[in-house]
Amino acid sequence: MEFEYPIEGGDFTRAGMASSQVKKVLKQLNIAPAIIKRIAVAMYEAEVNVVAHAFKGTMLVNIMPDKVFIKFIDEGPGIHDIDLAMQEGFSTATESVRQMGFGAGMGLPNIKKNVDELQISSVVNKGTTVELTTYIS
Amino acid sequence: MNIQEIINLVDGESICLSGDSDFEVKRAFASDLMSDVLTLNTEGLLLITGLANMQTIRTAEMAEIKNILFVRNKKPGKEMIELAREEGMNLFLCKKSMFSTCGILHQAGLNPVY
Repeated sequence: MEFEYPIEGGDFTRAGMASSQVKKVLKQLNIAPAIIKRIAVAMYEAEVNVVAHAFKGTMLVNIMPDKVFIKFIDEGPGIHDIDLAMQEGFSTATESVRQMGFGAGMGLPNIKKNVDELQISSVVNKGTTVELTTYIS
Repeated sequence: MNIQEIINLVDGESICLSGDSDFEVKRAFASDLMSDVLTLNTEGLLLITGLANMQTIRTAEMAEIKNILFVRNKKPGKEMIELAREEGMNLFLCKKSMFSTCGILHQAGLNPVY
Protein backbone atom coordinates (compact mmCIF):
# COMPACT_ATOMS: atom_id res chain seq x y z
CA MET A 1 0.00 0.00 0.00
CA GLU A 2 1.66 3.23 -1.16
CA PHE A 3 0.81 6.88 -0.53
CA GLU A 4 2.41 10.17 -1.47
CA TYR A 5 1.85 13.55 0.18
CA PRO A 6 3.31 16.94 -0.75
CA ILE A 7 4.68 19.09 2.11
CA GLU A 8 4.96 22.88 1.86
CA GLY A 9 7.93 24.51 3.55
CA GLY A 10 7.03 27.17 6.10
CA ASP A 11 3.32 26.30 6.23
CA PHE A 12 2.89 25.61 9.94
CA THR A 13 -0.89 25.65 9.90
CA ARG A 14 -0.82 22.51 7.72
CA ALA A 15 2.21 20.84 9.28
CA GLY A 16 1.21 17.39 10.47
CA MET A 17 -1.69 16.90 8.07
CA ALA A 18 0.12 14.21 6.09
CA SER A 19 1.14 12.39 9.27
CA SER A 20 -2.42 12.64 10.53
CA GLN A 21 -3.73 10.91 7.40
CA VAL A 22 -1.13 8.15 7.57
CA LYS A 23 -1.89 7.59 11.25
CA LYS A 24 -5.57 7.10 10.40
CA VAL A 25 -4.65 4.49 7.75
CA LEU A 26 -2.41 2.64 10.24
CA LYS A 27 -5.31 2.55 12.73
CA GLN A 28 -7.63 1.14 10.07
CA LEU A 29 -5.10 -1.62 9.43
CA ASN A 30 -5.30 -2.61 13.11
CA ILE A 31 -1.59 -2.21 13.74
CA ALA A 32 -0.74 -2.32 17.48
CA PRO A 33 -1.41 1.10 19.12
CA ALA A 34 2.07 1.26 20.68
CA ILE A 35 3.68 0.80 17.24
CA ILE A 36 1.34 3.35 15.66
CA LYS A 37 2.31 5.90 18.29
CA ARG A 38 6.02 5.38 17.61
CA ILE A 39 5.52 5.75 13.87
CA ALA A 40 3.24 8.78 14.37
CA VAL A 41 5.76 10.60 16.57
CA ALA A 42 8.65 9.88 14.20
CA MET A 43 6.86 10.84 10.97
CA TYR A 44 5.35 13.96 12.53
CA GLU A 45 8.78 15.16 13.74
CA ALA A 46 10.15 14.46 10.24
CA GLU A 47 7.25 16.29 8.58
CA VAL A 48 7.75 19.28 10.91
CA ASN A 49 11.45 19.25 9.97
CA VAL A 50 10.55 19.62 6.28
CA VAL A 51 8.13 22.45 7.06
CA ALA A 52 10.68 24.12 9.35
CA HIS A 53 13.77 23.86 7.18
CA ALA A 54 12.96 23.10 3.53
CA PHE A 55 11.25 24.94 0.66
CA LYS A 56 9.12 21.94 -0.17
CA GLY A 57 9.12 18.20 0.13
CA THR A 58 7.37 14.91 -0.44
CA MET A 59 6.41 12.20 2.01
CA LEU A 60 6.30 8.71 0.50
CA VAL A 61 4.71 5.96 2.54
CA ASN A 62 4.92 2.25 1.82
CA ILE A 63 2.99 -0.04 4.15
CA MET A 64 4.12 -3.64 3.76
CA PRO A 65 2.97 -6.75 5.65
CA ASP A 66 6.02 -6.72 7.93
CA LYS A 67 7.09 -3.05 8.01
CA VAL A 68 6.18 0.57 7.39
CA PHE A 69 8.67 2.52 5.29
CA ILE A 70 8.39 6.32 5.13
CA LYS A 71 10.67 8.49 3.02
CA PHE A 72 10.88 12.29 3.19
CA ILE A 73 12.55 13.98 0.25
CA ASP A 74 12.97 17.74 0.46
CA GLU A 75 14.41 20.59 -1.54
CA GLY A 76 16.14 22.95 0.82
CA PRO A 77 19.39 24.02 2.45
CA GLY A 78 20.42 20.47 3.36
CA ILE A 79 22.28 19.49 6.53
CA HIS A 80 25.93 20.54 6.82
CA ASP A 81 26.88 18.04 9.52
CA ILE A 82 24.48 15.12 10.07
CA ASP A 83 26.31 13.88 13.20
CA LEU A 84 25.93 17.32 14.75
CA ALA A 85 22.26 17.50 13.75
CA MET A 86 21.69 14.18 15.53
CA GLN A 87 22.88 15.61 18.84
CA GLU A 88 20.16 16.60 21.30
CA GLY A 89 19.99 20.36 21.67
CA PHE A 90 21.59 21.25 18.35
CA SER A 91 19.27 23.24 16.11
CA THR A 92 19.39 25.77 13.27
CA ALA A 93 15.66 26.53 13.55
CA THR A 94 14.40 30.07 13.23
CA GLU A 95 12.43 32.00 15.84
CA SER A 96 9.15 31.33 13.98
CA VAL A 97 9.78 27.57 14.25
CA ARG A 98 10.45 27.91 17.98
CA GLN A 99 7.20 29.83 18.42
CA MET A 100 5.44 26.74 17.08
CA GLY A 101 6.88 24.61 19.88
CA PHE A 102 9.73 23.04 17.90
CA GLY A 103 13.33 23.85 17.03
CA ALA A 104 14.97 22.82 20.29
CA GLY A 105 17.19 20.21 18.69
CA MET A 106 15.05 17.27 19.75
CA GLY A 107 13.56 16.24 16.41
CA LEU A 108 16.15 13.93 14.85
CA PRO A 109 17.14 12.25 18.16
CA ASN A 110 13.45 11.68 18.88
CA ILE A 111 12.91 10.20 15.40
CA LYS A 112 15.84 7.82 15.98
CA LYS A 113 14.37 6.64 19.30
CA ASN A 114 11.02 5.83 17.69
CA VAL A 115 12.02 3.91 14.56
CA ASP A 116 13.90 0.68 13.94
CA GLU A 117 16.02 2.10 11.12
CA LEU A 118 16.85 5.70 10.25
CA GLN A 119 18.78 6.76 7.15
CA ILE A 120 19.65 10.39 6.45
CA SER A 121 21.43 11.68 3.38
CA SER A 122 21.86 15.30 2.49
CA VAL A 123 23.43 17.57 -0.08
CA VAL A 124 24.06 21.14 1.08
CA ASN A 125 22.00 23.72 -0.85
CA LYS A 126 20.06 20.94 -2.54
CA GLY A 127 18.07 18.95 -0.03
CA THR A 128 17.72 16.14 2.44
CA THR A 129 16.30 12.62 2.34
CA VAL A 130 15.18 10.95 5.55
CA GLU A 131 14.06 7.30 5.55
CA LEU A 132 12.23 5.71 8.45
CA THR A 133 11.62 1.98 8.78
CA THR A 134 9.46 0.43 11.48
CA TYR A 135 8.80 -3.31 11.72
CA ILE A 136 5.21 -4.13 12.57
CA SER A 137 5.31 -7.90 12.92
CA MET B 1 -7.48 12.67 39.98
CA ASN B 2 -10.61 13.39 37.98
CA ILE B 3 -10.28 15.97 35.17
CA GLN B 4 -13.27 17.99 36.45
CA GLU B 5 -11.71 18.18 39.91
CA ILE B 6 -8.48 19.47 38.33
CA ILE B 7 -10.26 22.16 36.34
CA ASN B 8 -12.12 23.33 39.45
CA LEU B 9 -8.87 23.59 41.40
CA VAL B 10 -7.40 26.06 38.89
CA ASP B 11 -10.67 27.98 38.29
CA GLY B 12 -10.60 26.72 34.73
CA GLU B 13 -13.29 26.43 32.09
CA SER B 14 -14.09 23.91 29.36
CA ILE B 15 -13.47 24.98 25.77
CA CYS B 16 -14.20 21.68 24.09
CA LEU B 17 -15.51 18.48 25.68
CA SER B 18 -15.24 15.80 23.01
CA GLY B 19 -13.39 13.24 25.08
CA ASP B 20 -14.14 11.36 28.27
CA SER B 21 -15.62 13.97 30.64
CA ASP B 22 -14.73 11.77 33.62
CA PHE B 23 -11.13 11.19 32.48
CA GLU B 24 -8.93 9.98 35.31
CA VAL B 25 -5.66 11.90 35.15
CA LYS B 26 -2.70 9.87 36.37
CA ARG B 27 0.07 12.35 35.62
CA ALA B 28 0.63 15.81 34.22
CA PHE B 29 3.32 17.35 32.05
CA ALA B 30 3.79 21.09 31.61
CA SER B 31 5.64 22.39 28.57
CA ASP B 32 5.51 24.81 25.66
CA LEU B 33 8.00 22.64 23.79
CA MET B 34 6.14 20.10 21.68
CA SER B 35 9.27 18.05 20.93
CA ASP B 36 9.50 17.36 24.67
CA VAL B 37 5.85 16.36 24.75
CA LEU B 38 6.51 13.92 21.90
CA THR B 39 9.01 11.99 24.05
CA LEU B 40 6.48 11.04 26.74
CA ASN B 41 4.52 8.00 27.81
CA THR B 42 1.13 9.69 27.53
CA GLU B 43 -1.17 7.20 29.23
CA GLY B 44 -3.52 9.05 31.62
CA LEU B 45 -1.76 12.31 30.82
CA LEU B 46 -2.90 15.90 31.19
CA LEU B 47 -0.86 18.33 29.09
CA ILE B 48 -0.51 21.79 30.62
CA THR B 49 0.74 24.36 28.11
CA GLY B 50 0.81 28.03 27.21
CA LEU B 51 1.31 27.21 23.53
CA ALA B 52 -1.98 27.73 21.74
CA ASN B 53 -1.49 26.95 18.07
CA MET B 54 -2.33 24.15 15.64
CA GLN B 55 0.85 22.27 16.47
CA THR B 56 -0.29 21.84 20.07
CA ILE B 57 -3.34 19.89 18.86
CA ARG B 58 -1.38 18.01 16.16
CA THR B 59 1.20 17.01 18.76
CA ALA B 60 -1.56 15.77 21.06
CA GLU B 61 -3.09 13.83 18.17
CA MET B 62 0.23 12.14 17.33
CA ALA B 63 1.09 11.46 20.98
CA GLU B 64 -2.40 10.18 21.93
CA ILE B 65 -3.03 12.97 24.44
CA LYS B 66 -6.74 13.57 25.03
CA ASN B 67 -6.72 16.32 27.66
CA ILE B 68 -5.06 19.74 27.36
CA LEU B 69 -5.17 22.63 29.82
CA PHE B 70 -4.13 26.00 28.37
CA VAL B 71 -2.73 28.41 30.95
CA ARG B 72 -2.23 32.22 30.98
CA ASN B 73 -5.64 32.58 29.31
CA LYS B 74 -4.20 31.39 25.96
CA LYS B 75 -7.42 30.73 24.11
CA PRO B 76 -7.34 28.05 21.41
CA GLY B 77 -8.53 29.22 18.00
CA LYS B 78 -11.49 27.92 16.02
CA GLU B 79 -9.42 25.57 13.83
CA MET B 80 -7.73 24.14 16.91
CA ILE B 81 -11.08 23.45 18.55
CA GLU B 82 -12.41 21.82 15.37
CA LEU B 83 -9.43 19.47 15.16
CA ALA B 84 -9.67 18.68 18.89
CA ARG B 85 -13.34 17.82 18.40
CA GLU B 86 -12.51 15.50 15.48
CA GLU B 87 -9.88 13.78 17.58
CA GLY B 88 -12.10 13.37 20.66
CA MET B 89 -10.11 15.67 22.92
CA ASN B 90 -11.01 17.80 25.93
CA LEU B 91 -9.62 21.35 25.96
CA PHE B 92 -9.62 23.55 29.05
CA LEU B 93 -8.51 27.09 29.79
CA CYS B 94 -7.40 28.85 32.95
CA LYS B 95 -6.11 32.34 33.68
CA LYS B 96 -3.34 31.28 36.05
CA SER B 97 0.32 31.14 35.06
CA MET B 98 2.01 27.84 34.25
CA PHE B 99 3.93 27.96 37.56
CA SER B 100 0.85 28.71 39.63
CA THR B 101 -1.22 26.03 37.87
CA CYS B 102 1.45 23.38 38.39
CA GLY B 103 1.94 24.41 42.02
CA ILE B 104 -1.75 24.09 42.83
CA LEU B 105 -2.14 20.74 41.09
CA HIS B 106 1.04 19.21 42.49
CA GLN B 107 0.06 20.28 46.01
CA ALA B 108 -3.35 18.67 45.47
CA GLY B 109 -1.60 15.36 44.74
CA LEU B 110 -1.29 15.25 40.95
CA ASN B 111 1.89 13.41 39.97
CA PRO B 112 4.47 14.49 37.39
CA VAL B 113 5.52 12.23 34.51
CA TYR B 114 9.05 12.17 35.98
